[in-house]
Amino acid sequence: MTVDGTRLLEIVRWLHDDPSQRYDYLSDVTAVEFRDPEQPLEVVWHLRSLPFRRFLRLKVQLVRGAALEVDSVWSVYKGADWLERECFDMFGIRFCGHPDLRRILMWEQYREGYPLRKDFPLRGRFSRSEQLRQALSANPEARYSMEELSITQAFEDLPDEMRRRLAHGTPTGE
Amino acid sequence: MPTTKRTVEVALGTSGLDESGRPRRAPITVNEGGMVTTLEPPMPLEPELAGEHMLINIGPQHPATHGVLRLVLELDGETVVRCIPHIGYLHCGFEKMGEYRQYNQIVPWTDREDYLNSIGNNCAFALGAERLFGIEITPRCVVLRVIAMELSRIISHLVWLGTTCIDIGAFTPFLWSFQERENVYDLLESWVGARLTTSATRVGGMAADIPDGWTDKLRHFVRSFPTTIDEVDRMLTRNAIWVGRTIGLGALSSDEATNCGLSGPMLRASGVAYDLRKDFPYLEYETYDFEVPVGTHGDVYDRFLLRVEELRQSTRILAQALERLPDGPINSADHRVVLPPKHKAMSDMESMIHHFKQVMEGPRPPIGEAYVAVESPKGEKGYYMVSDGTAKPVRWRIRPPSFVNLSAIPKMVEGHLLSDVIAINASIDIVMGEIDR
Repeated sequence: MTVDGTRLLEIVRWLHDDPSQRYDYLSDVTAVEFRDPEQPLEVVWHLRSLPFRRFLRLKVQLVRGAALEVDSVWSVYKGADWLERECFDMFGIRFCGHPDLRRILMWEQYREGYPLRKDFPLRGRFSRSEQLRQALSANPEARYSMEELSITQAFEDLPDEMRRRLAHGTPTGE
Repeated sequence: MPTTKRTVEVALGTSGLDESGRPRRAPITVNEGGMVTTLEPPMPLEPELAGEHMLINIGPQHPATHGVLRLVLELDGETVVRCIPHIGYLHCGFEKMGEYRQYNQIVPWTDREDYLNSIGNNCAFALGAERLFGIEITPRCVVLRVIAMELSRIISHLVWLGTTCIDIGAFTPFLWSFQERENVYDLLESWVGARLTTSATRVGGMAADIPDGWTDKLRHFVRSFPTTIDEVDRMLTRNAIWVGRTIGLGALSSDEATNCGLSGPMLRASGVAYDLRKDFPYLEYETYDFEVPVGTHGDVYDRFLLRVEELRQSTRILAQALERLPDGPINSADHRVVLPPKHKAMSDMESMIHHFKQVMEGPRPPIGEAYVAVESPKGEKGYYMVSDGTAKPVRWRIRPPSFVNLSAIPKMVEGHLLSDVIAINASIDIVMGEIDR
């Protein structure tokens, strides 16, 4: 069932709360990009109603050229957290209202784009030698994100030189 | 529907943080034979050490994280205040590669994502592709796939049992369960030729029929296997150390578990009787007589009891499947999708054309989409395929159960001790190949 993206959250909340619907289980959030570059991207939600044993597939079409944005259903289903992050990571679709939208499968400093988009080549954007060069020149200290470092204020205690190198990492969420 | 038996009651809803944001201990009471003893009264917390929280890192190369999972834990003393999981170290891009391959060429990747359940994934993927192609499979193939899926459930639960015992400190059940796992792998090896990466299905059927005498070997396994389950049961279920290390840990209420999208034993341990084999049946599971165990407390101990019971139920299903295994072909007769037999391809014009078209171009499904979910040992394993009418899918999506199950780990470990993080993590039954894909 294809729905209007601007009313998505309202519809999902109704499906979740209404006693005649009770779609209380979110199976999956994913997206589909077609090979035809004219066709819009689709974001797909698979919902289940455990009490009524029903299954529903919701879709929102994101037209080309506009910003790839859709409301997050995290406020209704907490299970959407990682599924939406993965969808953002792989397709670059921003889920508005998600509390912690950052890359999940690719690393945070990944700059090559969104792997599951059709314009992304199968072997990646960079040559093998460039990928190797980047891997070797990466900071071994940069394994902690800025947010984690701020937990213990450990960042303040780091040597100046290391702090400068780490500061090149972009803050989470981008 | 039976619930798991237990003798120890645990107060729910006490994990997590209290109003002042400090971790709270779950009070544990033992209720056995009418006698109620409080093991651990709500303990006052140690005086806080002036907010000196410690940050420690577990993984990605830690044996107890079951793969390349990395957990960053913020500790207050030994209590976890915050847990930040990091995944992606095993990302292989299966979904991307699937867009460049024909449907039958995707089957080997389904082995490699959840590698403990490889033959079950093969069957699940084939079911999805068959729904997309709109073809029916033969009755013999249906029963063989049920046997395959239950065997792989047994393998997966045995590995879970063995490795969890190791994590918690019991060594012997690990040897018992891996010995039985060898027996199942021997069965698979004599059927499809491979042990771990089986690639056993094709769209419309199976790669191979079972060899002569295979059903006798399986029958022998079905007879002997319950002894091992009973041994494990006797060794662990009422073992004081085991109970003490698992009870009350990582408890999730049924509402929380549903809302977090957990599935499989994780969800059922929390008291939600949701099993795709019963609720959204596939492969004629509704005609088999088996029970779905359901827990009441949703802690690590319930998940253990539940998986052990599922081993018994799987054995029951195997015995019934053996009874009803019909004769006949294993592959569908639709030769636009399934390769015709070689002798016909050499002698019959039409078969030769089908053979040629399939080998050179690959079978083409109609335009459409299909989502098929099966009850894998970890939970709801779904394959979502979208076709634009060409021989390669536009999108091939794996709905990974352990990915969603793992996403609830911060909720489960926060407020527990560092040593319990290992037990809780083990109880999720994660396979990083499936999480990172």
